[in-house]
Amino acid sequence: MSSSSQLPTRPVQSLEMGRYQWGQSPDAAPAPDVKDPEPLALASYGLVKNYSKGKLQVNVLQSVDFEIRQGEFQAIIGQSGSGKSTLLHLLATLDEADEGEIFFEGNRIDNLPASSRDMLRNRYLGMVFQFYHLLPELNMLENVLMPLMIRHGVFRYWSQKRANTKRAKYLLDLVGLSHRLNHKPRQLSGGEMQRAAIARALIANPRVLLADEPTGNLDRKTGADIMEILRCLNQEQKLTIVMVTHDHAIASQADHTVQLVEGRMESCTSNDV
Amino acid sequence: MYKLLLAWRYLRTRYIALASIISVTLGVATLIVVNSVMAGFTQEMYKRLHGILSDVVVESHDLNGLPDPDWHMEQIRQVIPDELEGMTASVQVPAMLNFQYNGNWITRQVQLIGVDRETYAQVSDFGKYLLHPENRAKMSFALREDGYAPLKKNFPAAGWKWRRARAMHEQALLEQQHLQVQQQRRIQEEQATTGGNGEGTLPDTDNAVPPASPFPLVNPEAGNEPPAATDGIPPVPYGQPVLEETGIVFDASREQHTGIILGIALCSVRHRDPDGTVRDHFLCRPGDDVQLTLPNSGRPPKAISNRFTTVDLYESGMSEYDSKLAFIPLDEMQHMRGMIDHASGIASVTSIQIKLKPGADLNSVRDRLQERFPAQQFGYRIQTWRDMQGPLLSAVQLETTILNILLFLIIAVAGFGILATFFMIVVEKTRDIGILKSLGAPSGGVMSIFLSYGFCLGVVGSGVGLILGLVLVVNINDIAAGLEHLTGREVFDPTVYYFQSIPTIIEPWTIALVVVGAVGIAVLASILPARHAARLHPVEALRYE
Repeated sequence: MSSSSQLPTRPVQSLEMGRYQWGQSPDAAPAPDVKDPEPLALASYGLVKNYSKGKLQVNVLQSVDFEIRQGEFQAIIGQSGSGKSTLLHLLATLDEADEGEIFFEGNRIDNLPASSRDMLRNRYLGMVFQFYHLLPELNMLENVLMPLMIRHGVFRYWSQKRANTKRAKYLLDLVGLSHRLNHKPRQLSGGEMQRAAIARALIANPRVLLADEPTGNLDRKTGADIMEILRCLNQEQKLTIVMVTHDHAIASQADHTVQLVEGRMESCTSNDV
Repeated sequence: MYKLLLAWRYLRTRYIALASIISVTLGVATLIVVNSVMAGFTQEMYKRLHGILSDVVVESHDLNGLPDPDWHMEQIRQVIPDELEGMTASVQVPAMLNFQYNGNWITRQVQLIGVDRETYAQVSDFGKYLLHPENRAKMSFALREDGYAPLKKNFPAAGWKWRRARAMHEQALLEQQHLQVQQQRRIQEEQATTGGNGEGTLPDTDNAVPPASPFPLVNPEAGNEPPAATDGIPPVPYGQPVLEETGIVFDASREQHTGIILGIALCSVRHRDPDGTVRDHFLCRPGDDVQLTLPNSGRPPKAISNRFTTVDLYESGMSEYDSKLAFIPLDEMQHMRGMIDHASGIASVTSIQIKLKPGADLNSVRDRLQERFPAQQFGYRIQTWRDMQGPLLSAVQLETTILNILLFLIIAVAGFGILATFFMIVVEKTRDIGILKSLGAPSGGVMSIFLSYGFCLGVVGSGVGLILGLVLVVNINDIAAGLEHLTGREVFDPTVYYFQSIPTIIEPWTIALVVVGAVGIAVLASILPARHAARLHPVEALRYE
């Protein structure tokens, strides 16, 4: 899958979170002859992002088009300052583009109100960062449960606490941290923290996992372990993953790699994994 | 859910917030202690002020007073039939009090009040402040045998017991003096007959002076007026068998003059023993005789004097009253001053004290009475007890208000401390804020974390302050004693206040107000940092080093 000039179907109406059936674009038309490609999970078209520092203007992204279909594992590679993390932040609605459009499962999301974007991040997008970004005051179990705590009010959270805790423990077990439930982040190694961050990103059952240099702060062996987890999630759970990395070896483990050079999408390659 | 969890965790792990909690705690505790002590003092003062003053007083400016008190009382009954609980008439005039102590004449200016022994106690708490328990139950102007101030340690012997002992002592002293004078005369006569100059043979005049005595000395030859001390023999006005002008012999050991009740500060001196104990030294006590000089009702008034026997002391704790008021029977006062109209037999009074039923509107009653007795026609002064003590009550009220404002500023300062601390914590937690936002926490949620944090801080600070304040209030006297012991300086001086301990009242509403105010300030102080946190850009926050 590569950047494309062909625009996908877009809903005319703005997205109303919680009511709209995600992934079912109203205008989507089936193509009977060909084997149906997986629908688009995330897409952006003509993304422009500039940063100004006094009189100096830095063009971080210059009309970037990006697409990823559901179930794909795509790596965005580029040198430091090429704009890959910025692109990931824009896709995750953490930042706002100066120009361009972003779609999630066929629905435009870049123009959503802040509250809807918050909800989108909380329910449908999982995030993993280079520096793990776990909350230091909370133990692993609480860190993993945090997205659910944010989603639910006190009453609902307590009423579902048992089920939520069971799922959090399952995920921590999945990433090999079942013995670290009550440990604080400072008591864990970098690899363990990243695995906990992955478990946290999965707790809300997201449609897309956005990973920003997930192995960037880890040694090769630990990085390989993390990549193994991500690959498993992609292949077994069919989780859509967008991963930003500067390491070609890591990027080669994804299905596809797109390269960003000075804010432009340069090439796209399919990896033979 | 996450807001409370994080607020609680921040509270437990960010010890810098402890400084804010301590400042809130101290502010709340101080406010509670000061308010309780002020409330205690104020209520004690109100009680004592109101104790001697009835609810409403109708007062005549004329020393001759209201000409027909019964008619006035009937009018009052008609004006306020529903509110009226009791009424009494009294006569109040300025007077001079004289009594003798160790040979010296002590003079005090007093406000002399002639009270009706049957009704006066009904309109005021006057009786409660008398020293003798039986007088507290039923006021009497008869001297009691003994048993004054049973709760007061070191209260000297008083009553008939004291009066008899004193009369006996004075009698013995008098006889001794009489013998000495006779002996002196005999020697002089012998010297005159032998023709000697007598130098060196005269007895030492110093030896002629009787030894120091706790009792005033008596000279039976002296008149009623206290004479100047001469010839080493102290002046004696009364107290011993005296041949009165009427020819009636007055036996002080068995008889009393008309009773008088004196304010305790009129006849005592409060001092501190070397061991630090506060003691009252009594210059005059129940059983002693005093002399009063007061104006009669003539035009112009002339001074009249009479003797009275102190039958009890009055201790309200208000130095203004205790050092100024003296009470005698109303009929005696009217008789002395010539306030009884011979033709009609009606005795005038200078004021009528009115006691109202609980809950009655004092001001409304005063206004209605002023309407009934217009100033243009009667010229009476009609006041409530609050009007009479208006400046004092206003001063106390003002003092309390200003003190509260000043002390609340302590909590406001604590609020600024919270604000500064929170800004630091927000800066420290910038990355956490970015994490939360990346996980979908709305800006309002992030703001709520820090508002909840401020709230928790306020609640914990106020809660601890509340407990500390209450503990301090309950043990205030022990703490004051401990501080006195530690610093060597007196915290609460009973010689000034006439209270033996610091009065306190814990007012639930005031405490609730203080606690709610402190929590409110803590929350208010956290609004700005919380807003700052909520406005942080998630990407910038995540990249914050």
